[in-house]
Amino acid sequence: MGEERDTATGPQRFRGDYPIVVEGLENRFGDHVVHQDLDLKVRRGEILGVVGGSGTGKSVLMRSIIGLQPPSAGDVQVFGKSIIDAEPDEAIGVRDRWGVLFQGGALFSTLTVGENVEVPLKQFYPDISDELRHEIARYKVLLSGLPEDAVNKFPSELSGGMKKRAGLARALALDPELLFLDEPTAGLDPIGAAAFDNLTRELKETLGLTVFLITHDLDTLHEICDRVAVLADKRVIAVDTVPKLMELDHPWIQEYFNGPRGRAALTAQALDELRKHMDMPVAAHAVKALDKPPAGKDKA
Amino acid sequence: MTRLAEYELQRGDGGTVLALSGPYLVSTVGAIDDDLRDMEEPLSRVDLSDVSEIDTVGAWLACSLASSHGAEITGASERAQRLLGALTGMDSEQELAAPRLPVWKRVPEAMGEKVFNARTGATGVVSFLGALLISAGTLIRHPRRFRMVALVHQVELVGVSALPIIGLMSFLIGIVIAQQGAVQLAQFGAETLTINLVGRITLRELGVLMTAIMVAGRSGSAFAAQLGTMKLTEEVDAMRTIGISPMEALVIPRILAAVLMMPLLGFYASCLAIIGGAVVGDLMLGIPFWTFLSRIQEVVPTYDVWVGLIKAPVFGLIVGLAGCYNGMQVKGNSEEVGRRTTLSVVAAIFAVIVLDAFFAVFFTELGWG
Repeated sequence: MGEERDTATGPQRFRGDYPIVVEGLENRFGDHVVHQDLDLKVRRGEILGVVGGSGTGKSVLMRSIIGLQPPSAGDVQVFGKSIIDAEPDEAIGVRDRWGVLFQGGALFSTLTVGENVEVPLKQFYPDISDELRHEIARYKVLLSGLPEDAVNKFPSELSGGMKKRAGLARALALDPELLFLDEPTAGLDPIGAAAFDNLTRELKETLGLTVFLITHDLDTLHEICDRVAVLADKRVIAVDTVPKLMELDHPWIQEYFNGPRGRAALTAQALDELRKHMDMPVAAHAVKALDKPPAGKDKA
Repeated sequence: MTRLAEYELQRGDGGTVLALSGPYLVSTVGAIDDDLRDMEEPLSRVDLSDVSEIDTVGAWLACSLASSHGAEITGASERAQRLLGALTGMDSEQELAAPRLPVWKRVPEAMGEKVFNARTGATGVVSFLGALLISAGTLIRHPRRFRMVALVHQVELVGVSALPIIGLMSFLIGIVIAQQGAVQLAQFGAETLTINLVGRITLRELGVLMTAIMVAGRSGSAFAAQLGTMKLTEEVDAMRTIGISPMEALVIPRILAAVLMMPLLGFYASCLAIIGGAVVGDLMLGIPFWTFLSRIQEVVPTYDVWVGLIKAPVFGLIVGLAGCYNGMQVKGNSEEVGRRTTLSVVAAIFAVIVLDAFFAVFFTELGWG
């Protein structure tokens, strides 16, 4: 009886401070060392942006945390449990508490969007009735900002942005506490990217998510990330808010945030703030004047 | 704190109150969902004040209960209120499965589609052949554009790396034919005719036929899968925009490699089958190994070798065409690659066997029986 009760009750929500703790992580492929002595702690309830040049192992780090890439050394703890030497059963106990959005969406191409969302539900909670499962799938699709009629479309019928939203709906299927997003705004148009950023922030606030977000998008960093972790020299060289990072005297960080694109994103964010404070549209000439110096070089 | 999702009906003056308690999570609501759904008693309030934990699924359940009974939700925690707010207006009646026609419409539709597909398929094959001939024509006029490196690479893949497996297969087939043939021929006291049997059947028929089947499975499928994947990743489109003709760069080297390698592989297969037969002759029938081989020269007419060698490049062409045509037809998703690959192997083997029957009649009429 006691056991039966245990299976019927879900995992308790994580109450600790750090849902993800990475310690001394090392990843190597042959002679090529990607990570060495990498430490990272993700706070509960924050959106942590992860940035780094191409090839610094952002995706490898994410794959290590979700257990797809066994590291050469070091330890990864998710919800206080080690992923590295977890028994298969324990690992499953963690897997139903996170959602992962892969870069291309990674939707199952033979299933419709709604059926894609149902897959994790069927896998982990077979006792949920068909009716409720269909309802859950429908509202998750709507929650991800897709139109109603997208539910029974196949992934091949969707645009890139819609695929990402559908992937997000599947990642949210089990009401996870932890959400991994791998470059969610890459390949989206600026309007779509901004909408996705807003969606991420709204979902984080309403659902109380902790978000691990890999991105190249400077606007995303400025707009929605609580803290940003910078990957360089095979480890995390700094984790802090964007303004504090910009004060750091590291050549890569300086180039990244103070390069032409970095300044443009910063200006855009400053303008946003200004608009909010003034509670009215900024006069066109003011926008022009503020936009010009950084954006000029970028456009050229 | 309760660890199960529970509910209780409290009947009072202001109507019935449904009091929910315990965790209302995706992991816990499965047990009580049916009971709540079947509840017929009218409710005036859904009380969430004893709910210890809630996620969107729990909130959804409360929300749909309240709206179906016209009840109001009370006692919601701050988190519950946020979730309920996020879920308002999220009802939808949309079917999850892709729209499907009823059976009596679906079957005729599928049949009709097959007919139309057969028509477009036929024109597709013909136009592919036409494009191939045009490319071959341009290559003959501009021989510098011919991709020698690609051809050599394909020759290695189709021919050289197939040698071990085709050799082993033919050797074993030779053994089986000799052994089984000897058992039957012994009834007439004609064991020595085993040499004729092995020599003629492998050089005329089996050597080339089995090789064609093997090449279809090894290389034809590889052609379809490679080209199909290249279509999906837009590599083929990229080639076109750069001005490289996919026909010249991808299709012709592959088909040419299959056409060139088939006679060699077929002849090699026949030789190894004869060696396999000679081993059986030596061990079981008392025919010395070298005697068996020199008798082959006397009992097998030269035109048997020609029959095999003439058929082989045609089979190679069919296998290469089937693989490349199906590969270039891939569009959409990865499932299509698998489907087209299967189709290429099935079509190639089928066409090879049909043509083989045709060749058998043809050569007999020529007097090469």
